[in-house]
Amino acid sequence: MFKYYGKYAPYLFLFPAIAILTVFFFIPFFQTFFLSFFDYTNNIYNANYIGIENYAKLFHNPIFYKVMWNTFLYLIGAVPILVIFPLFLAVLINQKIRGVTLYKILIYLPVIVSIVVAAIAFKWLYADQGILNYAVTALGLSPIGWLTDPKYSIWSVIIVTIWKGIGYYMIIYLAALMSVPNELYEACDIDGANFFKKHLTVTIPHIMPTIALVSTISAISAMKVFAEIYVMTKGGPLNSSKTIVYYIYERAFENLDLGFASAMAVVLLVIVMIFSFVNIFCFERKKYDL
Amino acid sequence: MKRETSFKIITHIILITVSLLSIFPFIWLISTSLKGGGENIFAYPPQIIPTDFTLENYTGVWKKVNFIGYFVNSMIVAGGTVLLNLILSAMAGYPLARMEFKGKKITFFAILATIMIPFQAIMLPVYLITLKLHLTDNVSNTAGFLGLIMPFAVSAFGIFLMRQAFLSIPKEMEEAAIVDGCNVWQIFWKVLLPMIKPSLAVLAIFTFIGSWGEFLWPSIVLTKEAMYTLPVGVNNLQGMFSSNWRFIAAGSILSTIPILIFFLAMQRYFISGENEGAVKG
Repeated sequence: MFKYYGKYAPYLFLFPAIAILTVFFFIPFFQTFFLSFFDYTNNIYNANYIGIENYAKLFHNPIFYKVMWNTFLYLIGAVPILVIFPLFLAVLINQKIRGVTLYKILIYLPVIVSIVVAAIAFKWLYADQGILNYAVTALGLSPIGWLTDPKYSIWSVIIVTIWKGIGYYMIIYLAALMSVPNELYEACDIDGANFFKKHLTVTIPHIMPTIALVSTISAISAMKVFAEIYVMTKGGPLNSSKTIVYYIYERAFENLDLGFASAMAVVLLVIVMIFSFVNIFCFERKKYDL
Repeated sequence: MKRETSFKIITHIILITVSLLSIFPFIWLISTSLKGGGENIFAYPPQIIPTDFTLENYTGVWKKVNFIGYFVNSMIVAGGTVLLNLILSAMAGYPLARMEFKGKKITFFAILATIMIPFQAIMLPVYLITLKLHLTDNVSNTAGFLGLIMPFAVSAFGIFLMRQAFLSIPKEMEEAAIVDGCNVWQIFWKVLLPMIKPSLAVLAIFTFIGSWGEFLWPSIVLTKEAMYTLPVGVNNLQGMFSSNWRFIAAGSILSTIPILIFFLAMQRYFISGENEGAVKG
């Protein structure tokens, strides 16, 4: 086909999008690094260059290690369940049974409801004299401080993230299951393989790329949690549920320490970018046809 | 055959249990919101069906909280974000799919790179830039809305989705349009854009859901209660009614109704699996 467009047409079409990405992505990206070398605590409009001092402060701060540890707990708590359980559900739902659409709608519901409403709903379940503690005491145990006991708070928040993610990943798995050729299952049936054997030998190897994809995207979103913590615990008690993004928010907007918060943001940026890079270049190549 | 039947029953039992667990937090919230002052909401054992049934919590919270205002604000922000995403992503996706030009590859990778940058990590400079551009609600309401919309006005996800859509259109369409004497803008606007309507719908729906639920950014930039979007307003209920859980529950449920209607109307887009991974996790 001949070139029906003028020399400048491609650039004119691209300009608005690129302009916005430049102002709200590219410049802020570099500026995050830049800010992390300045001290804003004395005067927010007139910062001092202090080199790597914010990083020194960060790496000497016990809260930083607490926050990193909590984020790690988030990963090991949420990711394996979000990778395995939705797959199990997707396999169950991908059968010729009644009520599939209704099941899908109900299980997907937590995904579309605002995280703020979800967090409020769970806060109510977790109340000291709430319904969960009723269940706990009915079992003969003493009530749990779901959100008020530093031993449990992070896990209580992780449960919300898991609960809100299951439907999302189930649908991703369902899409992948559609691509598994039926003949493979038929062959299994002839061999007399049972449910577990069938899925271990056919389904799982076939949708391995999707399993890998779900692992990386659920890990990335676990590192970006904010609203659950903001609504339910504000990172407490005693920093026990504080994660990276909440810490950035707190240092920047409550302590007005933009430099320190930016150093924390750089740490988040580096970690997430590694995960995203692996994700795009290993598991999503086709989507972006690389 | 018998084994198969019992297997199906187990499947249903598991799926019903998971479905109930998925909606139980909402059921319990609804139950609490319908309990009158005469009923102890902390009663053991807990009562799912209210004994002192009332709608007073709904009318009470409705009178004290400007839900219509929050709803309108959310509509303006989500509507503006969707509109800009559709136009800007389609415009950017078109040359990336259909034109040859200098710097195409680098543009492609620059856009791809933005996928790897989490907003949460760059939000501080985005905030400073928004202040510098005077896009905050203490300048004017319009500026406030622009400040909420502009950082999300275009996304790499949208651009790539549009690019894919344009790639799937046969070249003959453009050739025919050229013969008819269309210029490049007319080809884009009148010939190609109508052909990618299904992809535009997908982008619109998922952008809408994302923008509607956004909490972090509005809670950073908003300073005036009158500008609150629904998530920020709902979070604010906790401070307003401190421990009045009946009102907090009623308000949370009220705020969920619009998105619930939207989801049920559009459910096939979400649960069919055709648009896998379109929502940001």
